[in-house]
Amino acid sequence: MSAWSVTEPSKLSKWAAGLLVTFYTIVTLLPLVWIISTGFKSGPDSISYPPKVLFEPSLEGYVNLFTTRTRLGAEEFAALPPPETWYDRIVRGSGMVIAGPSRFGERFLNSVIIGFSSTALSIFLGTLAAYAFSRFKVPLKDDLLFFILSTRMMPPIAVAIPIYLMYRELGLSDTHLGMILLYTAVNISLAVWLLKGFIDEIPREYEEAALIDGYTRFQAFRKVVLPQAATGIASTAIFCLIFAWNEYAFAVLLTSGNAQTAPPFIPTIIGVGGQDWPAVAAGATVFLLPVMVFTILLRKHLLRGITFGAVRK
Amino acid sequence: MAEIVIRNLRKEFGAFTAVKGSTFTIGDGEFFMLLGPSGCGKTTTLRMIAGLELPTSGEILIDGEDVSQRPASQRDIAMVFQMFALYPHMSVRKNISYPLVSQGMPRAQVQARVAEVARILRIDHLLDKGVGGLSGGDRQRVALGRAIVRNPKAFMMDEPLGALDAEFREIMAEELRALHDRMGATTVYVTHDQLEAMQMGDKIVVMNHGVVEQFGTPQEIYDHPATLFVADFIGSPSMNFLHFEGGFRPGSTTVTLAGTRIEVPQLQEEAEGRKLVLGVRPEHVTLTADGPYRGRVVATEYLGTTQIITLDTAQGQIKARAPSGQRASAGETVGLSFAAPKLSLFDQGTGRAFRTAANAGVFHG
Repeated sequence: MSAWSVTEPSKLSKWAAGLLVTFYTIVTLLPLVWIISTGFKSGPDSISYPPKVLFEPSLEGYVNLFTTRTRLGAEEFAALPPPETWYDRIVRGSGMVIAGPSRFGERFLNSVIIGFSSTALSIFLGTLAAYAFSRFKVPLKDDLLFFILSTRMMPPIAVAIPIYLMYRELGLSDTHLGMILLYTAVNISLAVWLLKGFIDEIPREYEEAALIDGYTRFQAFRKVVLPQAATGIASTAIFCLIFAWNEYAFAVLLTSGNAQTAPPFIPTIIGVGGQDWPAVAAGATVFLLPVMVFTILLRKHLLRGITFGAVRK
Repeated sequence: MAEIVIRNLRKEFGAFTAVKGSTFTIGDGEFFMLLGPSGCGKTTTLRMIAGLELPTSGEILIDGEDVSQRPASQRDIAMVFQMFALYPHMSVRKNISYPLVSQGMPRAQVQARVAEVARILRIDHLLDKGVGGLSGGDRQRVALGRAIVRNPKAFMMDEPLGALDAEFREIMAEELRALHDRMGATTVYVTHDQLEAMQMGDKIVVMNHGVVEQFGTPQEIYDHPATLFVADFIGSPSMNFLHFEGGFRPGSTTVTLAGTRIEVPQLQEEAEGRKLVLGVRPEHVTLTADGPYRGRVVATEYLGTTQIITLDTAQGQIKARAPSGQRASAGETVGLSFAAPKLSLFDQGTGRAFRTAANAGVFHG
């Protein structure tokens, strides 16, 4: 190695880049740290001013998130048997008793069902469509691709009213199926376009080799194309999941009782016995986890996916 | 192993016709070359035989059976691609065993076949490696392994040496030919390199603009080109073309070129007052002290055992290949004589060679 190289950045610029990235990381992570720490604060700590950086951690927020509580009269309260569990004890500490589980678990499960199902459906349909667009002579291919892209050109919420009316007629309002179909419809254009790019980059010769080796077109697709598109599929899946997971407006509009997802539910925690910020923060933290886990699992693919096409093999 | 018969094979892509009615036969066990410049339809022809493209019309018979509309997977053919197309997510072993797995062969038998093929190709030590880190030559061998492991009816090779560097190409060309001789498998090989075609092929089809220009052994094609295109495409430096106007009758053994009578193979056709082309390979031009047809030396290129002498003649510039010992200096005017039995006469308008006593047996329709 020579002392000076064209391709290797200098020490100074490495330092500067490192500093910049660190600063950016802090800026982006700060709200996250705020949310996570608020989830572990007690009620008074969460609203104290100036904000407490050091505080006595409490699980009150989490207990409040998963339970509903009632306040009893002083006599009844005194007549209760001693608390049996740690969460009983926390609730009793604030002068209340647990009345039952909250609906957060249900809403969270709805989010999981709807988010992951619509992601899986988008990827399934998107991969097949992208493969067809990439490999076959489809009549009006360019127009169809543009049409698919054009579904993304306006904000989905612009068609909220027609969709609301349509869903009411079809009986899809407030159903899991309805939300899965809706999120799939929004995600599919992204999936087709992203995946088509990935599949275009896979040389046709691989499939042709498989065809000659005695495999059918579908077997060649499944055994040769799919494994090589794994990177693209993984990163597309993450983008689809993030959209479906975080979607708020349609969820508010179209769901209420049965199929409500977590995003419209979390703000409603405010108001149960005052503004329960620790519970809201705890809800947000729990809500973040699946996407974080999913993204970390597919991290390797995601990095390659985001930079795809930048460097050709 | 199989004989492959191609009849009136035609392929259109929209308004573009890639192959315009080819007809030829690939004998059982032949090493058969499809030769031509890029865009001539040779790869399309190969892909139609393999089943990767379906012909617009025409027949492809493998062992007497018309397979032209069947999918590739039902043709029992193996193919080596230009970029090898090894499955990148599989090890060498899996790549080679893949065609056997599709046939549902038992695992033990697959392993035995793969081991045998790896030994033949000297890649046994690479079996458990991924294909990503292999050198060009090893990739080539793995691709060959995947092709031969199945004992298919025929091999298709699409410029398999094109991706290798020059030095390695020689070695692989020899290995390929040796492998073919050992297995006696019918092989169809696409190349744009005329030297490769001459060196390796039993038979050559020369294609241009989707048309089969000539079909024959390397020697037939070199010595008796059927068209001006073939004459020009094969050989380096290429054939000299002496343009003149004139005619001849069946049985003539001379033509008159710039007032000089030049002996040619006995003609079997007739031409009158037409634009003609006399084709002479550089090695069939001899420099003499006297002689009526003359040329002036322009330049000489020394090539070791031979030299290429460029001369100006009444018909334009021509090249002669002479022993390097022969003295020729620029500016000197010399006599030129041509080896009569080796000459070809072409019609300039159609590009077709006239039938003579020398080439009569060579042309196949």
